[in-house]
Amino acid sequence: MSLAIAEEVTPRRARAVPTADPVAPAAQGPAMIQVRDLRKTYTTPAEQVHALAGVDLNIRKGDIFGIVGFSGSGKSTLLRCINLLERPDSGTVTLAGQEATTLDRRRLGELRRKVGMIFQHFHLFDSRTVADNIAYPLEIAKAGRRQIAARVEQLATLVGIHDKLKAYPGQLSGGQKQRVAIARALANDPVVLLSDEATSALDPETTWSILQLLKDINQQMGLTIAFVTHELDVVRVLCNRVAVLEAGRIAEQGEVGQVFHNPRSVAGKRLVEITRGFREGSLFTDGGGI
Amino acid sequence: MNQLADMLLKGLQETVYMTFASAGIGLAIGLPLGAVLTITSKGHGLESPRVNRVLGAVVNMGRSFPSLILIILLLPLSRLVVGTTLGPTAALVPLSVEMAPFIGRITENAFKEVDKGKIEAALAMGTGPWAMVCKVLVPEAMPSLVRGTTLILISTLGLTAIAGCIGAGGLGSLAIRYGYQRFRTDIMFATVSLLIVLVSAIQLTGNQVAKRIGRRRHVYE
Repeated sequence: MSLAIAEEVTPRRARAVPTADPVAPAAQGPAMIQVRDLRKTYTTPAEQVHALAGVDLNIRKGDIFGIVGFSGSGKSTLLRCINLLERPDSGTVTLAGQEATTLDRRRLGELRRKVGMIFQHFHLFDSRTVADNIAYPLEIAKAGRRQIAARVEQLATLVGIHDKLKAYPGQLSGGQKQRVAIARALANDPVVLLSDEATSALDPETTWSILQLLKDINQQMGLTIAFVTHELDVVRVLCNRVAVLEAGRIAEQGEVGQVFHNPRSVAGKRLVEITRGFREGSLFTDGGGI
Repeated sequence: MNQLADMLLKGLQETVYMTFASAGIGLAIGLPLGAVLTITSKGHGLESPRVNRVLGAVVNMGRSFPSLILIILLLPLSRLVVGTTLGPTAALVPLSVEMAPFIGRITENAFKEVDKGKIEAALAMGTGPWAMVCKVLVPEAMPSLVRGTTLILISTLGLTAIAGCIGAGGLGSLAIRYGYQRFRTDIMFATVSLLIVLVSAIQLTGNQVAKRIGRRRHVYE
């Protein structure tokens, strides 16, 4: 029996410094995603990789929660464990009060319908038109034909691809594909949206527009978003809270402004430093330029 | 001359009938087989190493028999189902049983070509095993399935010639009984020519259909 630990205490030392773009107001809702002591080890012939070495996470209702880290830090594994695309070795995941880790296949399927997911490479169905892609989760949930048609219209308008309903994914640009993927992920009115590097394959302008869309959706629908990325700028624009992952552990977490302006962990410091370095056009490590 | 033409025409009809009917029955067995092989493998929603291994072993066993031996072994089954061991209809039983494991593998290969990310997206949306096959694997793999079916039809066509050795009829039987055993080079030449035309027609049609599906989806390989 995992006892829900109340709101983790985040030191208030660092004053929230205004960033270039206002972040979404920190939501104070009840816990939407609770992760307790999650562990996952991959065994390869050569070595054992501890992708997750005991992760605890509390994502509240209405949060846009960034999960950042370098490659191999376990951030994608963590996200994929939330809807159990990846089975953790131990630990629990609780989604909207329901413990996902103990569900049987059928119940898990039902729970997953309430958890939308978007990906770096979109993963739309090439065999279906835009409209049919958006309709897919509704078909799976056995919605009526008329209901599906109405919902597809509504979602297409929301994400701004109304003029492309009859097109196939093969005819769309990356940004358009991600919009369709977002509409598809929202079709069943999810309580949570998981995003696995959803903007990492997009150009800056498209990334910006997708971030605005996600923000709008968060504000209009109160949708909780867990956003995995390695792009710190994206987190700064989009998220209100962030966790830095390193070697399968959470190095630090807190309000975005706080983590950015006063990173305490080694990984956090390096990430912030490198991001700043890129912005300023030069990067110095240990006195040597790269 | 007229008699020869009649003979060839009848042979052609029998061959076409045997090929398409036994490939059809084979597909009815092999497609579900390939679907189960795929869906019980890792990461497709109904992972079951035991079922997968047992089914895989059965398929391998089915494919290990030399064709002629398997056809002979299955003759009693033909007698049971069709009532005779002679003629094209009797040949459907061994031919489709012979083809089913092969079709199962072809189908499995086509399904495994579907991008793993799409499977994951489908799983993340709560797709069950049945919907995974009908709504994701089959439509997404359709161009590969069409190309696979082309391969299956041509393999079946080759197999009808072997069945022709033991009384199935068809062009293969003509080639053996007349062309080979009675030294009728003209009949040998005619049957082989007809078979070449048949194979080419199947291949061209298959390519066209697969290409058209890809073009409609704006997916070009």
